[in-house]
Amino acid sequence: MPSELTGFRRASGRVGIRNYVVIIPVDDISNAAAEGVARLVPEALAIPHPYGRLQFGEDLELHFRTLIGTGANPNVAAAVVIGIEPNWTERVVEGIRAQGTPVEGFSIERSGDLKTIQLAARTAQRFVQDAGEIPREPIELGDIMLSIKCGESDTTTGLASCPTVAQVVDRVVDAGGTVLFGETSELTGGEHLIAARCVDDDVRRRFQQTYDDYIRMIDEQDADLMGSQPTQGNIRGGLSTIEEKALGNIEKTGTKPVVDVLEPAVAPKRAGLNFMDTSSAAAECVTLMAAAGAVIHLFPTGQGNIVGNPIEPVVKLTGNPLTARTMVEHIDLDVSGLLRREYDVTEAGQKLQTVVDRTIRGRRTCAEALGHREFVLTKLYRSA
Amino acid sequence: MHNEGDDVGVATEDIDAGEEVVGIFMDTGGSVSVTAQGAVPLSHKIAVHALRKGDDVTEYGIRIGLATEDITVGSYVHTHNIRSARW
Repeated sequence: MPSELTGFRRASGRVGIRNYVVIIPVDDISNAAAEGVARLVPEALAIPHPYGRLQFGEDLELHFRTLIGTGANPNVAAAVVIGIEPNWTERVVEGIRAQGTPVEGFSIERSGDLKTIQLAARTAQRFVQDAGEIPREPIELGDIMLSIKCGESDTTTGLASCPTVAQVVDRVVDAGGTVLFGETSELTGGEHLIAARCVDDDVRRRFQQTYDDYIRMIDEQDADLMGSQPTQGNIRGGLSTIEEKALGNIEKTGTKPVVDVLEPAVAPKRAGLNFMDTSSAAAECVTLMAAAGAVIHLFPTGQGNIVGNPIEPVVKLTGNPLTARTMVEHIDLDVSGLLRREYDVTEAGQKLQTVVDRTIRGRRTCAEALGHREFVLTKLYRSA
Repeated sequence: MHNEGDDVGVATEDIDAGEEVVGIFMDTGGSVSVTAQGAVPLSHKIAVHALRKGDDVTEYGIRIGLATEDITVGSYVHTHNIRSARW
């Protein structure tokens, strides 16, 4: 069957569906310069964030990995990196360059914001002009790295929107593509279902260890997740317990084996369904998955989470007719007809595949059109 | 409803007290009918089996929590009468 899909083939061999020039601050105090460049070169996209100073150890490694992965995501044509000092700036630049993405770095000390903005803006201008010449080429569904995570779930999520996503997940895996799912805390009550789907004992052992480490962390904090997980929005939507929420969440992962377990923001090495250790908070999770290279995200929602991402289009669907009606500008696909038995889950999956295909070809999602660009770094612990 | 044998079903529209409602099992296509003992809002749950305090509550064919009080058939089921078995 001839492919109707198009995308951008990058030097890394990976395929993107958007063509952004991004301006990445290394640290919080470089946000102003990054935003200054974006004001002068409006087609370049600044992605400010609140961290990057005095981090250390695993937390610092995750910070670098997230920034580098964001700059090297196949939806990015080129990246400008701005940091307060040259050393960590160059570290991020080198990480992005190693994956073949055009990149240049600038540091503010001994120049000041204004001179840095001028120099960085000249580079951003050139990158924007060059990006316009990169052609869309034919691609296959199997070239796509898809990520999935649901939010503000309710009981309709497990009945309608998550099973619909599962249809597309299975298709992408069958086509040879890669799918990321995560949300470690939100597997509680159904973690045995994921363990049973791990492709071999090594993957199963690493999955169980990741899950158990998370639960141990909660226990050591002497914390109670009651009231946070499920969220107040979940409870308003009829979800009563974490187990109920998890079983709905797991519905969207489809039927394929889990081929690998990934640290946060680590690029998958194996095609197929990969588990990534992430928070269940929407923006944190999508940011980590985009940093791992995912180019399109499927987001089932019940009560109406409105999250987006600067570089990864987020497609939202809901099975809740009230949400579909009252939050229409946020919902790319309404599958509430499943609950009214107007069509079956196979047909719902075909509807979603059509939305995915159109998004791949360039149609903007609701979140993109409304400017939802939540870029939220995961912080593992307090800085020095 | 997800699985035949589940203790609870999901309201796909607002249910009024006293209303006779039919639950369809997604796995088998079979059905069950109950009379609602109270109002159940859209996307909230209704019991189709009687449960005793401490019983497992089943949805998706799997335990989703424990009953914290006796629950009669047709009752509204939520955080006031079930809780997580995990935290």
